[in-house]
Amino acid sequence: MSPATEYLRVTGLHAFYGESHILHGMDFRVNRGECVTLLGRNGAGRTTTLKAILGLTGKRTGSIMLNGREVVAWPPHRIAHLGVGYCPEERGIYASLSAEENLMLPPQVSSEGLALGEIYAMFPNLRDRRKSQGSRLSGGEQQMLALARILRTGARLLLLDEISEGLAPVIVQKLGEVIRQLKDKGFTIVLVEQNFRFAAPLADRMYIVEHGAVVAEIERSELEQKRELLQEFLGV
Amino acid sequence: MSEVFGVPVQALLGQLMLGLVNGSFYAMLSLGLAVIFGMLNIINFAHGAFYMMGAFIAWMGLEYLGIGYWWSLFLAPVGVGLLGIAIERSMLQWLYKLDHLYGLLLTFGLALVLEGLFRDLYGVSGQPYTIPDELTGAFNLGFMFLPKYRAWIIVSSLTVCFFTWFMIEKTRLGAYLRAATENPRLTQAFGINVPLMVMLTYGFGVALAGFAGVLAAPALQVSPLMGSHLIIVVFAVVVIGGMGSILGSILTGLGLGVIEGLTKVFYPEASATVVFFIMVLVLLLRPAGLFGREK
Ligand SMILES: Nc1ncnc2c1ncn2[C@@H]1O[C@H](COP(=O)(O)OP(=O)(O)OP(=O)(O)O)[C@@H](O)[C@H]1O
Ligand SMILES: [Mg+2]
Repeated sequence: MSPATEYLRVTGLHAFYGESHILHGMDFRVNRGECVTLLGRNGAGRTTTLKAILGLTGKRTGSIMLNGREVVAWPPHRIAHLGVGYCPEERGIYASLSAEENLMLPPQVSSEGLALGEIYAMFPNLRDRRKSQGSRLSGGEQQMLALARILRTGARLLLLDEISEGLAPVIVQKLGEVIRQLKDKGFTIVLVEQNFRFAAPLADRMYIVEHGAVVAEIERSELEQKRELLQEFLGV
Repeated sequence: MSEVFGVPVQALLGQLMLGLVNGSFYAMLSLGLAVIFGMLNIINFAHGAFYMMGAFIAWMGLEYLGIGYWWSLFLAPVGVGLLGIAIERSMLQWLYKLDHLYGLLLTFGLALVLEGLFRDLYGVSGQPYTIPDELTGAFNLGFMFLPKYRAWIIVSSLTVCFFTWFMIEKTRLGAYLRAATENPRLTQAFGINVPLMVMLTYGFGVALAGFAGVLAAPALQVSPLMGSHLIIVVFAVVVIGGMGSILGSILTGLGLGVIEGLTKVFYPEASATVVFFIMVLVLLLRPAGLFGREK
């Protein structure tokens, strides 16, 4: 793939938390407008991969090309300005801020963000709850808010960690629709998922992560022929 | 002459006023400590030394350079803030990941060094600083005389406290600050330069102490020990109010100043200890402080 269509390329990425060596040479790429999922068992290192891209782990080595730039040595606050939005596994809603303050918090990184009206149209609940304290929102509302607040900023690459986890089926379905709309709007998405049924219909490509490295790459068109691989690594 | 519980009203109002003056200092200093603790996770024992330096910079400015009170009120906090920033960059920034104890020890050491320096230069006896012409004299309120300088201390420190509260609770910059206090890593991942905010927060927090020092200069003697006398009470105020809350530290500071003043009227023997007595009570009944949240 040429660099012009490539948004993110991770090569030989190692990452540490203090002394623990967690990522052992991750390799994957994400093209503009693609939705890519990282699948894997608990503790495989998918969250750590997203954090390493954002500069939130300890020491990192290897290469992270983001929007044509090598960012492996950059501090976190500069990386966001290359157009990266992050929705953390624990959702990261600030309890000391209102819902609306949470929504408005992340600084603008480009002019291509969704307007507030568009966001509220996508998540009508958030409009009703905008004056509530962050800690008062339900799990589903917190997840919507965590997603909504990175759509406003103009980030074009979204790193989404287990957004379907622990939510009621109707909300999971709603999130699926939202991801589809975002793909139509041209967002590039990295979806870290446990939930194969949620991820499979959305993903253009899947990477299976095991012990801090990619062990298999499955194109959308190869899903049928690589069934056993999925069986072996994920039990689906 | 009317009396309340056998105390002349004039004396009561006089002490109430003095209590508010002291409370204003407590409020400004504990506010700075609370902001610094929230953002840096450091108990800033050097706060009293920065307050003392604010007063000394004003005094030295007048003595050596002829810089008057009003300019000092602006320049001394800026100077103290810049010194704070230099200390944050060169020393404190290495301690954030460690236990509170390290920050406390380092800042305690800094306080001793700074105080020792000024003691060496100027001795322990205080230097007088005259009240600026505009603020000499008193207002006749009919029922009492209110010295203008005391009124000025109360009004200006409350204004500064309100301004700080407003910035933190009501503005976008304040939302960044609250977010960075709650979850610095995530806030940085959103593209906010948290290390820069931490540095500026320390500078601002100690600049507040410097401002309080300039305000205090004409009211007290400018002495190397003025900070360490005050800071002990201020730490008690912080314990009573609870570390986390901005509004809490302002209200607790003022409230305790007033309580101290009233104790002077009704039971003078206890006036020096009443704050510590309240601190013990609060620690027993509400260990996180009146406005603090249990962790
Ligand atoms: N802060 C940390 N310090 C030390 N080790 C950590 C830390 N966070 C995670 N780990 C370890 O790193 C490994 C990978 O964790 P990671 O969170 O990336 O997994 P994951 O693939 O996201 O799985 P899941 O989210 O299902 O737990 C695990 O063994 C975990 O115990
Ligand atoms: Mg995870």
